[in-house]
Amino acid sequence: MRWLAGRVLAAVAVLWGAATLTFLTLHLVPGDPATVLLGGAAATSSGLREQVIAEYGFDDPIPVQYLRYLGRLLVGDLGESYQQQLPVTTVIGEQLGPTLQLTATATVVALAVAVLTATATAGRRLPGLRGLTSGLELFALSLPAFWLGTVLLAVFSFRLGLFPVAGDVGPTSLVLPTLTLALPIAGILAQTMRDGMDAALQQPFAVTARARGLSDLAVRARHALRHAMLATITLSGWFVGHLIGGAVLVESVFARPGIGRVTLDAINGKDIPVVTGVVMLSALAFVVISGVSDVLYRIVDPRLRTD
Amino acid sequence: MNPGENGSKPAGRARGGTLAPAPAPAAEPTVLLDVAGLDVRFGRGRRLVHAVRGISLQIRRGECVAIVGESGSGKSVTARTLVGLAGAGARVSAERLALAGTDLRSLSERRWRRIRGRRIGFVFQDALVSLDPLRTVGAEVAEPLRVHRLLPARRVPERVAELLAEVGIPDPARRARQYPHQLSGGLRQRALIASAVAADPELLVADEPTTALDVTVQAQILDLLQAMQRRGTALLLISHDLAVVARLADRVAVMKDGRIVESGPTADILAAPRHPFTRELIAAVPGRKPPPPRPAAVGPAIIEARGLHKRYPTPGGGEILAVRDVSLTLRAGETLAVVGESGSGKSTLGRLLLGLLTPDAGTVHLDGEAWSGVPERLRRPRRRHIGVIQQDPLSSFDPRLTVEQVVGEALRAIGVPAARRRDRVVELLEQVGLGAGVLRRSPARLSGGQRQRVAIARALATGPRVLVCDEPVSALDVSVQAQVLELLTRLRDELGLAMLFISHDLAVVRQIADRVLVMKDGRVVEAGPADEVFTQPSAAYTRELLAAIPRWETPDSRPVELSANEIGRSTSR
Repeated sequence: MRWLAGRVLAAVAVLWGAATLTFLTLHLVPGDPATVLLGGAAATSSGLREQVIAEYGFDDPIPVQYLRYLGRLLVGDLGESYQQQLPVTTVIGEQLGPTLQLTATATVVALAVAVLTATATAGRRLPGLRGLTSGLELFALSLPAFWLGTVLLAVFSFRLGLFPVAGDVGPTSLVLPTLTLALPIAGILAQTMRDGMDAALQQPFAVTARARGLSDLAVRARHALRHAMLATITLSGWFVGHLIGGAVLVESVFARPGIGRVTLDAINGKDIPVVTGVVMLSALAFVVISGVSDVLYRIVDPRLRTD
Repeated sequence: MNPGENGSKPAGRARGGTLAPAPAPAAEPTVLLDVAGLDVRFGRGRRLVHAVRGISLQIRRGECVAIVGESGSGKSVTARTLVGLAGAGARVSAERLALAGTDLRSLSERRWRRIRGRRIGFVFQDALVSLDPLRTVGAEVAEPLRVHRLLPARRVPERVAELLAEVGIPDPARRARQYPHQLSGGLRQRALIASAVAADPELLVADEPTTALDVTVQAQILDLLQAMQRRGTALLLISHDLAVVARLADRVAVMKDGRIVESGPTADILAAPRHPFTRELIAAVPGRKPPPPRPAAVGPAIIEARGLHKRYPTPGGGEILAVRDVSLTLRAGETLAVVGESGSGKSTLGRLLLGLLTPDAGTVHLDGEAWSGVPERLRRPRRRHIGVIQQDPLSSFDPRLTVEQVVGEALRAIGVPAARRRDRVVELLEQVGLGAGVLRRSPARLSGGQRQRVAIARALATGPRVLVCDEPVSALDVSVQAQVLELLTRLRDELGLAMLFISHDLAVVRQIADRVLVMKDGRVVEAGPADEVFTQPSAAYTRELLAAIPRWETPDSRPVELSANEIGRSTSR
């Protein structure tokens, strides 16, 4: 319980840090905050500026503004996108679905590919097979998403016409974006997993399991895989970063709706409230994932359970 | 994978808690395992290692046969070959290799799997790493039952609890739900044995089953194996320690460099060894002859410890008292042994004396001056007076350094100029029985005994007056053990060193110590001259330890701890 309380406290601290940083950014960039907030929308309407100043209380002292800002965050109010004339929560909420869909399928595919290649190649004394797979993994993890996406599009959509070119039109339109996002991740995961599995298969308990009559594959699946998962959980933070960053690129290459597109548009159009919202969302995602991975560690490795 | 492979066998084979032995052809009713001309090779060309060279071996039902040899003799490879797990890249050939008439030479992997765990059970040494740390003990013990489909799934937990109870694990249902790290070394080894016998195999192969264990636990495990044998399981015991197998084995095969150099009934081999190597092994078993009496140490006190206490916090918020009120005096030219089982606080005591830990109460004086409680800055120039030798020297060497650099580093620390270091290193190496030939070698490529000699040379480099040795020979083969003990004794006498010798092995201590402290739960339960402690132990715990030492009686060497042995039997059993 103390452990959980500590985790929650740390999570709150991270979110508070992210919120404070975005608040500081708004006030430290050149120009007055109202203009910055309005971004491209400033020129269109003269009354808007006064409305923003009144709404945010930019005439108040900074500490008062800061506390009010934190108070609004607490109740889930991320402010308003003046360019889209919508609350930021609505802008992000509407686009969250497609992104979650993409990142979830990419996670599943990456894990599946990694588990399969690691299980098939760990501890094998076939230099050809090992060299080939680790070469492919290295290739996959070095691929930039925009390049891989473009190539996949060129081959499977334009040449072969197997998948739709762009947009979100049913399950088939998810295939190429998912692969683009998943392959580099699978490359790294497979390498760490095989490393963990190699180490586990070297351990005496692996031989003991064989001596009980288990097949080689069963030793991998029932014993070594759990050990390999430990190394993989360590990477979950990097994993989330890669998913979020990758989603921005993939969504724009495939012209898919989603948070990535929202972010890109917001940055290009200087729609600061939306950018702030996305930053807070990413911080939340990191905090949640690191909490989840801590719990996963305890599930996979009984030695870490303190009770 | 081949589901259904064994599915045709009736699932309800178990009756009354024991499993019927697998059907065996009646061709050879008595000989269970028949090995003739077994060869195992690894690698090819210049990298060829001929690990096992034409050995022959027979084990009858209900018999216990032991293979004894040093590390690298091929005994473990032989054992693993019997279950078809000699290792990657092994090439196995044999004139005969049969288990109750089943030819094992050209078995498919699928048919091997029906033998492993089912007809041959295997116990590896060091259960801490031989049980999967991420799975419950129960899951590990149940594995042979599940793999060979011997019981319906719902009856497995019940059978696992029975098995754990059979190997003497108290509260088996709770233990089955725990993980290996929650069990003591002895319980882990029992659980490992339970998993090896779960499918009621005809043959149990145990590779160094007691090597990592304390003496009292070792005795219990040997009793357990003996009970297995009495119930009709044939036993193949692999060990480097003749004393361990002497208690159990009907017949012994002595292995050296991949060959069996001598074999026969245990009593005959021990009483009248013919091969020189066997004689060497027997002579090397520590503690069989008391050392010649030495004049009492007359040197001045080098280390004086008074009323030492040390506490450690435990994860649950509590604390354990690792060392409680320990006092000792260590004089120049004498060996003081600290004996105890794991967790007795003997290593903590060593670290307190080394000044690596600060006592919570009590003082340590070095050469009459305060040593504990002194700022490290002032202590550092005096550190050269205390040398330390650890159990595993390899992990205390920087793996990228050569022997010359390892020893030279200690010389640099005391300010020997670079130009003179090489000569001094060679001198030190010669003092510990190594030549200049090892200067450029990496410690990793030396044998265990050579490595320990390098560690001793390094400890001597600073010209210490005290050597603190923490289990210095526990990782070594017995014959090497004897040589290193001899070296330590010689150096002590030549250099007038005060030596603190920490060990769990009473037989080793018997050989080297002038005085003995016996520790249990952080306290000194007995202290006195070695002779007295070994022949007239006053504490019940000491008697228990002495009784647990494996030993045998032969006409030409009266067992030296005979009296202690008898007292121990009458009190602790």
